[in-house]
Amino acid sequence: MTLLSLNSFYAVGGAFMLVNAGCVAVDKEHGSRWTTALFWSLLGLSFVLGGSLSPTAVGYMVLGMGALAAAGKIEKSRARTTTKEERIESSGRLGNRLFVPALVVPVTAVLGTLVLGHVHWRGYSLVDPAYLSITSVCIGAVLALVIGLRLTRAPIRAPIVEGSRLLQSVGWALILPQALAALGGLFSKAGVGVLVASLVERSLPTQYPTVAVAAYCLGMFLFTICMGNAFAAFAVITGGIGVPFIVQAHGGNPAVMAAIGMLAGYCGTLVTPMAANFNLVPVMLLELEDKNAVIKAQVPIALALLGFNLLLMEFCVYRF
Amino acid sequence: MTRPSRNESSLRQNVIRLVGILVIAAGFAFRLNTLLVVLTSGIATGLAAGMSFNEIMAEFGRLFVANRYMTLPVVMMFPVVGLLERYGLRERAETLIRKAAKATAGRIILTYAGFREVSIALGISVGGQASVVRPILVPLAEGATHARYGTLSKAMSVRIRALAAASENLGTFFGEDIFIAVGSILLMKSFFDGLKIDVSVWAMALWGIPTAVAAFAAMAWRTRALDRAIAQEAAAGGRKQP
Repeated sequence: MTLLSLNSFYAVGGAFMLVNAGCVAVDKEHGSRWTTALFWSLLGLSFVLGGSLSPTAVGYMVLGMGALAAAGKIEKSRARTTTKEERIESSGRLGNRLFVPALVVPVTAVLGTLVLGHVHWRGYSLVDPAYLSITSVCIGAVLALVIGLRLTRAPIRAPIVEGSRLLQSVGWALILPQALAALGGLFSKAGVGVLVASLVERSLPTQYPTVAVAAYCLGMFLFTICMGNAFAAFAVITGGIGVPFIVQAHGGNPAVMAAIGMLAGYCGTLVTPMAANFNLVPVMLLELEDKNAVIKAQVPIALALLGFNLLLMEFCVYRF
Repeated sequence: MTRPSRNESSLRQNVIRLVGILVIAAGFAFRLNTLLVVLTSGIATGLAAGMSFNEIMAEFGRLFVANRYMTLPVVMMFPVVGLLERYGLRERAETLIRKAAKATAGRIILTYAGFREVSIALGISVGGQASVVRPILVPLAEGATHARYGTLSKAMSVRIRALAAASENLGTFFGEDIFIAVGSILLMKSFFDGLKIDVSVWAMALWGIPTAVAAFAAMAWRTRALDRAIAQEAAAGGRKQP
C-alpha cells in the first residue's frame, strides 16, 4: 500500500488540465475554444482515468489529439497576466527571494530520493520506490507552490490562471515526449532495432569496442540531422547500435552510453535546418537575412562538442 | 533484444519495417505537424510488421498511459513557475545578468548561456528565443557594443544576434540533461525499462555534467572570438575607443 502513489499526482495533474479545458471553453474571445477545450479534456482524462480506460480507447484518444494538433485547431487564450511595470515593481520588492520556491524543487528531489524510499511502516510505504525521483519532484512542486503563495501573498486563483497560461503556451507539444516514447516502444515491438543492428553488423567491424562507440555517437549525430529530432533518433540508434554492440557485446555501462549518446544527438540538432524551432524560428525572430546564420554560429561548437562526447564515451563507457 | 540474424532473405523481407523512419524524415522535411508525423510513423511501422489497426492503437494507448510520468513533472511545475513569473522572476533574472556581466557583447551572451544552463539544470526554465533572447539579450549585447564602439556594421550585428540565439539553444540542450525530471532523461529511462535494463535516472543525469561544462567552455571560446572581432572591426574603422 502506497500513501503518495504516482496515481494521486496523475489525478492532480489531470484535474489541472481539465480545469484548463474549462477555462478555455468559457473564454468567448478564444478563436477555437471548443476544439482546444476538447484537446485538453482528452489529455486530462487520459491522466485522471489512465489505467482504468482500455488501451485501445486511449490509442484512439491520442489519435484524436494528433488530428486536432495537425488541423491547427489548438490555440492559446489571450494571456491575462501582470503588466511589465507591475512585474518590475514586484521583482524589486521581492528580490532574490523569488528564486527560493524554484530552488525548493531540486532540493526536494534530491532529499526525497535519498530519504522517502526508506519510509515505510507495517506494509505501508510513503512513496512507490519505482518512481521515487519523479514523485519527489512532484512533492517539491507542491511544496514550492505553497511557499510561493506565502511569499507573494497571491490569491489561490493566480497559480491556476498562470499555470494554465504556460500549459497553453506549450500546447500540443506537451505530449510529444510521450508520443515519441510510444513510437519507440512500437519500433522495438516491430523489431526495427534488431533490423538496424543486423544492417550495422554487416557493414562495420563492431567486434572492436571503439568502433561500436564511434558508430553509436556518429549514428546519433547523423540520424538526428536527418530526422531533426534527437529523441526520435534515440530509440532507433540505441536499440539498433548502442544496446546490442556497446552494452550486450562489450559490456558497456548503459547510463553512460545513453546520457552521452543523447548529447551527441543534440550536436546534430545544432546543425540541422530540420530542427526548425531551434534554428530557423530565431532567424525570423531576430530578423536575420541569412537563413542559416544561427546554424553557422553553432557549427564550430557542435563539432567541438561531438568530438568531446566521442572521446568521453570512449574513455568512460567501458570503465564505469 | 536478440542478436541480429544473418539470414539474407528474412533481412530483405524485413527492410519494409524501416518505413517508419522514412515517414519521420519525410514529415520533418515537409514541415508537417510533428505529433501527426510521429503517429503516422508508428501506424506505418505497425502495419508493416503485420499488426492490425486496433492492435496498433492498443499498443499506442498502453505505452501512452505507461509514459504519463514523462509529462507529469512538467505539468506539476507550471502553476508555481507561472506564479513566480507573474511576480517578476524573469525581470529579476534580467537584473542579475545585467549586474554580473562587465558589459561587452560576448560577456553578456556568455553570462546568459551560463545562467540558462544552471537554471535549466535546476528544473526552472527562465528563457526562450521569443521571451528573452529577442526582447532582452540582443538589446543588451548590441547596446553594450554600441556604448563602447559606436555604430556597428550590419554583418557584426548579424553575428551578435546569431550567437545570442545559439547561446539559448546551447544552454537549453546541454543544461537540461542534468535535471532528472526532464523529457530526455525520462525518455531514456522509459526506453531501458522497455528492454528490462535497470538504469538510474541519477546516473544518466550525472553523466550529462561533463558535456555541460564542455558546452560552457565552447561558448566561452566563441564569445571571446566575437569580442575580438568586434574590437578589430572598431579599430580598423577608426571608431572611438572608450
